[in-house]
Amino acid sequence: MPELLEVDKLRIEARQDDGSLTPVVKGVSFHVARGEVVALIGESGSGKTTIALSALGYTKPGLVFTGGEVRLDGRDILSMRDEKKRLLRGRRVAYLAQSAAAAFNPALTIGEQVTESTVLNGQLSQLQANQRAESLYRALELPDPDRLGKRYPHQVSGGQLQRLMAAMALCSKPDLLLLDEPTTALDVTTQIEVLKSFKAVIRQEESAAIYVTHDLSVVAQIADRIIVLYAGSIKEYGTAEQVISRSKHDYTRRLMTAVRPPPEAGQGDNSSNGHERDVPALEVQNISAGYGKPRGRKPALMVLRDVNMTIERGHSVGVIGESGCGKSTLARVMSGLLPTREGEVLLDGESLQPDLKHRTREQLRKVQFVFQMADTALNPHQRIDHILGRPLEFYLGLKGGEKRQRIGELLHMVELPQEIAGRYPEALSGGQKQRINLARSLAAKPEVLLCDEIISSLDTIVGANIIELLKRLRKETGVSFVFISHDLSTVSSFADEIVVLYAGRVVEQGRTDRVLSPPYHPYTRLLMASVPELRIGWLEEAMETQEAKAGIDRVVKLTETGCPFFDRCPLAIEGACNRKIPPIRNLGDGHTIACHLSEEAFVH
Amino acid sequence: MRETSEKTETSLPFEELPDAPPRRRFRFSWSGKLGICVVAMWLVLAGIGPFISPYHEADILDEALFIVPGSDNPYPETDFQGISKVAYLGTDYLGRDIMSRILWGARTTIGITLAATLLAYLVGVTLGIAAAVSGGILDMGLSRVNDAFMSIPHIMMGLIVIAAVGSTIPILIVLTGLIYATSVFRIARALGLEVMVSDFVEAARVRGEGLWWIITREILPAVAMPLATDFGLRFVWIILFISSLSFLGLGVQPPMSDWGSMVKENLSGLPYGSIAPLVPALSIATLTISINMIVDDVSAHSGGKLAKRMI
Repeated sequence: MPELLEVDKLRIEARQDDGSLTPVVKGVSFHVARGEVVALIGESGSGKTTIALSALGYTKPGLVFTGGEVRLDGRDILSMRDEKKRLLRGRRVAYLAQSAAAAFNPALTIGEQVTESTVLNGQLSQLQANQRAESLYRALELPDPDRLGKRYPHQVSGGQLQRLMAAMALCSKPDLLLLDEPTTALDVTTQIEVLKSFKAVIRQEESAAIYVTHDLSVVAQIADRIIVLYAGSIKEYGTAEQVISRSKHDYTRRLMTAVRPPPEAGQGDNSSNGHERDVPALEVQNISAGYGKPRGRKPALMVLRDVNMTIERGHSVGVIGESGCGKSTLARVMSGLLPTREGEVLLDGESLQPDLKHRTREQLRKVQFVFQMADTALNPHQRIDHILGRPLEFYLGLKGGEKRQRIGELLHMVELPQEIAGRYPEALSGGQKQRINLARSLAAKPEVLLCDEIISSLDTIVGANIIELLKRLRKETGVSFVFISHDLSTVSSFADEIVVLYAGRVVEQGRTDRVLSPPYHPYTRLLMASVPELRIGWLEEAMETQEAKAGIDRVVKLTETGCPFFDRCPLAIEGACNRKIPPIRNLGDGHTIACHLSEEAFVH
Repeated sequence: MRETSEKTETSLPFEELPDAPPRRRFRFSWSGKLGICVVAMWLVLAGIGPFISPYHEADILDEALFIVPGSDNPYPETDFQGISKVAYLGTDYLGRDIMSRILWGARTTIGITLAATLLAYLVGVTLGIAAAVSGGILDMGLSRVNDAFMSIPHIMMGLIVIAAVGSTIPILIVLTGLIYATSVFRIARALGLEVMVSDFVEAARVRGEGLWWIITREILPAVAMPLATDFGLRFVWIILFISSLSFLGLGVQPPMSDWGSMVKENLSGLPYGSIAPLVPALSIATLTISINMIVDDVSAHSGGKLAKRMI
């Protein structure tokens, strides 16, 4: 009996301008049995999504199938006529895209969208489909399954939407599910919640799945077998256990070193202790800020409340928290993009104007902002040398040969070849764009770099390379960094000090080694418990911890009274935590925790 | 794309892979090339038409020129004559040479349209980008006034204004330009708003750049391509608008020739099997269809969404 899906010597090529073909997938063969989860892993450009899409008989425009077969139940899909392929899609093979937010229509209810294709295909009546959807909501552990179908996409959280997309794909009982990086864009805490329910529902539905990702530690939790891809060919192929514990190929090992190990107690990077400690480079005092039209003295939505933070010269401070905690807002306040309501930003001990329009050019030069998405932060209509040249001209008044020379130095600094200067951003890879993005900020010779999630949208390997680059730049230039991320392991490998933000308040801050060792704030503990480990069976263990039980699958809520973490905290004290703002406990050496619990209670 | 070498501490012989295959460069398809040829031909003819045309646009041809085949007798009439060596495309209802009138008319029709489209763009883009960049009261004010003008049907608006101030070529150009500036304003504002909130504009703002720099360096290049696509479409609308006005007798005034009015004046020739109304109609059709083919091609290159967004 044939396997469910057999990919046999698949070749896919890209058509170039001159009509010639460049191979993208070079003779890949593997198979997927019923009820099995196979992971395709590799960095972007390795052809993993292209291979997964071939199971639908589909390629992106510009690509052509040039050889091999993809057989579903023994029948070749690639040679089928288009109408036949259409009958397969959605019914027998379902695709689950990366961004759920983009996949849902905001104007229709969730139920309509989850059941739509099943009803259109005529597999089930609307009533049966609704029941089926409801049972899937239960299997995916979504809240309020009876009425969920009547709600609209904006009324559920990002993680729930991601799971609803799985319900949409599974509604017509497909034999094969294609999951394309379904958790990459999510917070760590949301990621384990989504992973867990995916795993449960795949087991319950007994459907096979192809899981595409670049993150080995995610794959370790969910896959039966792993295929490691590099540049369109298979580098390693085996069971999850074989690949993870006894990897044979260099490239797999390279991927594994790029997986940032989970932070351990006492870890910290103190490489920059040698710099002088007089006036801090940047300091924020009692900052409160928010969005929307002010009502009276407060903005409509208060995000940051009473935040204090100091960035010593040459130090890097990591700011962590889930999305919605106010991390980016904090960076925007520092840069002046968002004027503060209360409090002050001090640069070199001097008070800065809240709005960047009133700051001097010299002040602007010293604080540079590095945007998260290099794709959108670089103007696609400007050449790289113009992008890098503008800050040189604007802040430092460089012209002609001097400017050109400096552009060359900057490219060298971020480890890019000189020829790149003559290209446009679209001709660069994601990692190269992020390097240019960094180089543009460095061009201003800043004192403080505000890095807003700059490696979150990158592959593990590319991200690891950028971190290495940042470490080198910090040593060479003595720039101070504010490093914002939702990923505790990234921050801990880079920052001297950590600030943990929750719902716009600082819940814990201090030196990295102090923050990452007991006593912990319960929220820090939750974040630490959520970082996936490269170990089979980690997911089940993680879900058993009391932090996970209390804190996973909840959204960040901004509150007026009490501790905002109250509803997710396993140690919450009824009557105190929900009423009073927690006191800030000073544990010495600048380490503070904002919590009602006594110091002894932290150490458990 | 492979020059990047990772000289990191954990250096292993694997490079960063390039992203998906590089984007294909823009090349016109055969329909786009055909469109360009036709448009270029009309532009050349508009330029040199009066010099190569056999007669003046207002000349009524002499009866003596037309001889009944096989005899020496001239035709009793010179109007609505068919194709002959005297008039290659026949004559119109007054006995004027159609080909000469098409050649002279090309200059009037294309000239007026081009001037009006440019004016519409100058006004529309300037105000639209200004509204998008400044926001607040200026945006609100401009947008509401614009909405009010857009709500009046174009042709009605044209009729009222021409009835009030008369029809001369400068008035036609200014009127058409302003009427169509309303739609250009909308598009320019929408495009501008989209670019204003993009990260690269924010990056320029946080750098401390002035408004003028942001408009000219960051916003205009980003909106230029969609606007160029729209320019083609708008040009077609304006040809049709001026032709409609001329058809109603309110556009270009006789004896000057204009394609739209030529269709109208020669309509009575249709029952006699004359090609007189068909030639100018075909001229309008070839020009507008060709422009649309170019626009489609450009639009397909920019993701195929542009043309839909324009209308």
